[in-house]
Amino acid sequence: MNLTPDQTVYWQYGVVKLDATIVFTWVLMAVLVGGSALVARGLRHGLKLSRWQCVLEILVTGLTQQIAEVGLREPAKYIAFLGTLFLFVAASALSTIVPGFAAPTSSLSTTVALAVCVFVAVPLFGIAAQGLRGYLHSYLEPTAIMLPFNLISEASRTLALAVRLFGNMMSGAMIVGILLTITPFLFPVVMTALGLLTGMVQAYIFSILAAVYIAAATRPGTDGAGPSDTNPPGKTPWTASPSSP
Amino acid sequence: MDSITLIAVTSIVVAGVTTGFGTMGPALAEGRAVATALTALAQQPDASATITRTLFVGLAMIESTAIYCFVVSMILLFANPFWNAAAVAVHAAAK
Repeated sequence: MNLTPDQTVYWQYGVVKLDATIVFTWVLMAVLVGGSALVARGLRHGLKLSRWQCVLEILVTGLTQQIAEVGLREPAKYIAFLGTLFLFVAASALSTIVPGFAAPTSSLSTTVALAVCVFVAVPLFGIAAQGLRGYLHSYLEPTAIMLPFNLISEASRTLALAVRLFGNMMSGAMIVGILLTITPFLFPVVMTALGLLTGMVQAYIFSILAAVYIAAATRPGTDGAGPSDTNPPGKTPWTASPSSP
Repeated sequence: MDSITLIAVTSIVVAGVTTGFGTMGPALAEGRAVATALTALAQQPDASATITRTLFVGLAMIESTAIYCFVVSMILLFANPFWNAAAVAVHAAAK
C-alpha cells in the first residue's frame, strides 16, 4: 500500500526521480495558471460579465475579505502569497475526485515545502512592514526571557503546519483505501465526501494560519485578533472571552 | 521469536494503542468545543458567522493532535524504519 504519492516513480535516472508528487503538482499548476490566464484574457468592465470572470472575482474578493478579517490592514499586499497557498491546497484537495489522481499535498515533501514558504515569508513581510530592528524586537516580547520560547514556537508551528496538512490529506486517501477492502460499495463514497470537506477546511486553515502569523509579525504590540495555535503567552484570544451571564 | 517478528508484533500493538489513546483526548475536546459553540449560537444567533468560522478552525486544530497520532501509527505500520533495517539485516545474513 502506498503511503504517499512519492512512492510511485515514473522515471528515474541516477538520483533524479520523477515521482507522482512532482507530476501531479505540475499538472495542478498548469491547470490553475492556464485556467486563470484563459479567463483573464477576456476580462471586461460593465454589467455583462462572462461566467468564469464572475468566479475569479468571487474568489479574489472573498480572499481579500478573509485576509482583511484576520487583521491585515492592506490585503492587496498579501493576497498574492496567501491566495496562492489557499488555491493550491484547495485545488489539490478537490483533485482527489479525479480517479487515479493523488493529491500532491498527501506527500510530506509538498507540505513541508509549503510550510517552509510560510516560514520564510513571515520574517520577510515582518521586516518589510516594520524594519529589521522592529521585527527582531518582536522576539523579545513581552520580556527578553521569552526569546527561546518565541524561537521554538517559530519552528514548531512550521512543523505543525506541514504535518497537519499532510496527515489530513494522507488519512483521507488511506481511510478510503482501507474501507474499500472491507465495505466496497457505499461507505467509501461517504468518506470521500468527508475527505473533500476536510480538505477544504484544511486549505482554509493553512492560509488563515499563514495570515495570522504574518499579521502577528507585521503588527507588534497589538493582538493578532485571530485564531492561532501558538499564541505568545498572555495573548490568548479564545480563553480570554468572558462567559456571558 | 526472532527480531523481525518481535518488531512486527510491537509495531502493530503500539499502532493500535497510539490511535486509540490519541483520539480519546481530541474526541472529548471536540465535544466540549461543539457544545460551547452551540451554547454561544443559541445565545447570540447574530454572531453565527464568526462563531462557526472560529469553531471550524478550532476543530481542525484540535483534530490535528489526533491526526499526529494517526500519522505516527501509519508510519509504524507502513513505513517502519526498524522493520526495514531488520529486513535488510536478515537478507544480508541469508546471503
